Amino acid sequence: MPTPDAGILSRAPAIIAALRAALPQDAVIWDPEETRAYECDALTTYRCPPLAVVLPRTTEEVATAMRICHEMRVPVVPRGAGTSLAGGALPTADCVIIGTMRLREMLEIDTANRFVRVQTGVTNLSVSGELESHGFFYAPDPSSQLACTIAGNIAMNSGGAHCLKYGVTTNNLLGATVVLTTGEVVELGGAEMGPMGLDLMGLLCGSEGQLGIVTEAVLRILPRPEGARPVLIGFDGAEVAGECVARIIRSGVLPVAIEYMDDVCLRAVEAFAHAGYPDCAAVLIVEVEGSPEEIDLQIARIREIADALNPVEFRESRNADEAMAIWKGRKSAFGAMGRLGDYICLDGTVPVGQLPYTLKMIGELSRQHGLEVANVFHAGDGNMHPLILFNANKPGDLEKAEAFGNDILRLCVDVGGCLTGEHGVGIEKRDLMTKQYDGPDLDIQMAVKDVFDPRWLLNPAKVFPLEVSQPWREEAATR
Amino acid sequence: MIADIPSRAGLAPASEAELGALIADRRSSGQPLRIAGGGTRTQTDHVPGEALSTAALSGVVTYEPGEMTLIARPGTPLDEIETMLAAEGQAFAFEPADMRGVLGRNGAPTIGGMVAANASGPRRLLAGACRDHLLGVRFVDGQGRVLKNGGRVMKNVTGLDLGKLICGAHGTLGVLTEVALKTLPYLPDRCTLGFHGVTAHEAVAIFSAALATPFEVSGAVFRDGTAWLRVEGLGPQLGYRRDRLLGLIQTREAEVLDATATVTLWRELRDLAHFAGSDAPLWRILVKPSEAPAVAGALAALGGVFSLDWGGGLIWYCGPGTAQEVRGITRHATLVRRGGLTGPAFPPEASAVARLSAGLRQVFDPAGILNSGLMDQ
Ligand SMILES: Cc1cc2nc3c(=O)[nH]c(=O)nc-3n(C[C@H](O)[C@H](O)[C@H](O)COP(=O)(O)OP(=O)(O)OC[C@H]3O[C@@H](n4cnc5c(N)ncnc54)[C@H](O)[C@@H]3O)c2cc1C
Repeated sequence: MPTPDAGILSRAPAIIAALRAALPQDAVIWDPEETRAYECDALTTYRCPPLAVVLPRTTEEVATAMRICHEMRVPVVPRGAGTSLAGGALPTADCVIIGTMRLREMLEIDTANRFVRVQTGVTNLSVSGELESHGFFYAPDPSSQLACTIAGNIAMNSGGAHCLKYGVTTNNLLGATVVLTTGEVVELGGAEMGPMGLDLMGLLCGSEGQLGIVTEAVLRILPRPEGARPVLIGFDGAEVAGECVARIIRSGVLPVAIEYMDDVCLRAVEAFAHAGYPDCAAVLIVEVEGSPEEIDLQIARIREIADALNPVEFRESRNADEAMAIWKGRKSAFGAMGRLGDYICLDGTVPVGQLPYTLKMIGELSRQHGLEVANVFHAGDGNMHPLILFNANKPGDLEKAEAFGNDILRLCVDVGGCLTGEHGVGIEKRDLMTKQYDGPDLDIQMAVKDVFDPRWLLNPAKVFPLEVSQPWREEAATR
Repeated sequence: MIADIPSRAGLAPASEAELGALIADRRSSGQPLRIAGGGTRTQTDHVPGEALSTAALSGVVTYEPGEMTLIARPGTPLDEIETMLAAEGQAFAFEPADMRGVLGRNGAPTIGGMVAANASGPRRLLAGACRDHLLGVRFVDGQGRVLKNGGRVMKNVTGLDLGKLICGAHGTLGVLTEVALKTLPYLPDRCTLGFHGVTAHEAVAIFSAALATPFEVSGAVFRDGTAWLRVEGLGPQLGYRRDRLLGLIQTREAEVLDATATVTLWRELRDLAHFAGSDAPLWRILVKPSEAPAVAGALAALGGVFSLDWGGGLIWYCGPGTAQEVRGITRHATLVRRGGLTGPAFPPEASAVARLSAGLRQVFDPAGILNSGLMDQ
């Protein structure tokens, strides 16, 4: 991270005083004991307490805080629940965190027009929770949905296990209220489907806090399916498992989820959760939705496809308990891996057809780097999550793991994929951006940031490689 | 490079590099360019500058049915692509319309024009718009820079999503040179339920009820007193969904159309056959579905006719009324067929949004030479 600005640090008392004067008493935190709680997000390897934390309750209070920071030229780090795995909400010592977690109202539930309007501090899961009695749900379902907020979901364009069928956040977002860096409030989109004009909301979604702070959102909601049921298919090779995924997708059956776990992961899960998974090279969990008859029909098709590929096992769940047993291992995979040691969780995407090759190459890289790796991921859309095991107490091991991780992400780009499918760039993948994008490709993205944030105060040192963004930041400092 | 072009009529660069050199040249001399795909959709007659054809930037780069991805150059005719997808049992789920009948054109719609216009038909209701299926783009901006964004994979959050901006910018930010799109299985099993003799109000009530079910209704259009619902599904799934919907909506006797009739009907509905062969102004209006009956009623009082799509979320209004009158009734109104009306085709933006849009245009096309003023004339 860049060295904190000594000028800003020396003005800290004035900055805190200005924020306190303009905001409710409990909205500003500056005591080092308390700001420590905000020193990192879920990428805990990097930590740094901020200068202050502001926790507003309304859009107007967010705007006030933004205006003050802009006038006093203080960097702002937007924060939701802090579950980012890419260091997206990592503070700097000279920044003010503006957290939206207290903006927690459900403003409007309109099932006739199929949308809800929420303040963005609501958690992902609570949106669906509120909708349950109406027979609707909100589709994007990141695994962190119990904790993560709609604000963070929008900033990261988060997805989940069910996005194969329902898409990610950008496909389910209709409108947003955004506080710009100057404190001005703009409305993008709305409850209508697809307004004309430039798609600024599409640009905002996934912008990782680089363009503004989102305080309200209009979300598309969907009727709940009648039911859902998973099947588990075991294969004795990664290639056949990959082939099975491609054949299911081509068959016309569109499952809501296709999850993949490799042997390393399976052994860890078995030891931890005793899920009763078969001992084999790869397991797929495929979930389909509909009425009981519709589900039977889709499962019959999937069985036909799988049978042609000689699976080690094809396990169908016939009731809720059996369904839960199938998901149990997958859901506990990250915890199970944690018992084997420390790990870093990667997030690259590859074209589905490249899955077998990529898995083979990851195995080879694992031997080269001398570190074990487990693969558990959303196979339907090629979004891989290799987990690299290392020993945090062993000097040099983390660096080795990071180097290995970088090699995997480069591999993803080389086979036609990308650096991140859902976790975002943050600081974690910042310096790899030049692998995926050439100079002009990054320049135009930075020029777009310039339009929204001419002083480059929003979420500093994220997304864009420091070296590449240096001239932009220097220019911005003169504005 | 530019000197090589004259063998073809007008400006028709045959490579990205050629296009880049051409635009860089025009940028320095400030001469505007009018981008022409098939010329079947957007009315660009009033856009200043020499026509730039994408016809020589054509061809499919890759199509992987097992990955559901297609990469093509912009000038590729859309019907060629749709035929190719159909041979693999796939299609673009967002169902782009053929606007030739409505706009009185006879070119060949291109895939570049489709993306530039974010063209999305009745199935948008279920499947999302073109922009939701766009995976990546290559384009040349107004400075002649060759740029790329996104890629060819389904999930990608690497950096800012410029594809969303380009899609629907009608060629005002850059000239597309390659588009990567998601394709989806096109299932043959489908039927249509028609509820005759209903008012717009009753139609939207039927739509709201149907769209609150998990039966994946993939079309909800109201035209000439009939509410049409399209139902899809695999084999017996289709019958199940149809019967459940019929059971739910018992207010009216329903006509049920088979798969063949369904395909014909929805092509007509998609292409707005009911508004073809006329010169009257045609407006595309976005509302909340529940507001559609009142808004459409107020529009009809001007003397024209309307139909509804997207379960009431989209109103097509054809008939008299000045831009001021139409926009006085409803905000999100775009003039798709001018019919003699002058003034901006696109609805005005709120001032803060307009300022951001202008800032972005300045970034992509500082000299304002690409489809100059198209989106604000
Ligand atoms: C166990 C675990 C599982 C996970 N699984 C998934 C998964 O399946 N899919 C997935 O996509 N992600 C997953 N994540 C990552 C993370 O949960 C998501 O990125 C989530 O959307 C972050 O939300 P948050 O509220 O915690 O945001 P934060 O972590 O607080 O912030 C994330 C980013 O958003 C910005 N931001 C926050 N609030 C705002 C705002 N109001 N306006 C503008 N920008 C803002 C921040 O600056 C930061 O860049 C997982 C994380 C964990 C810890």
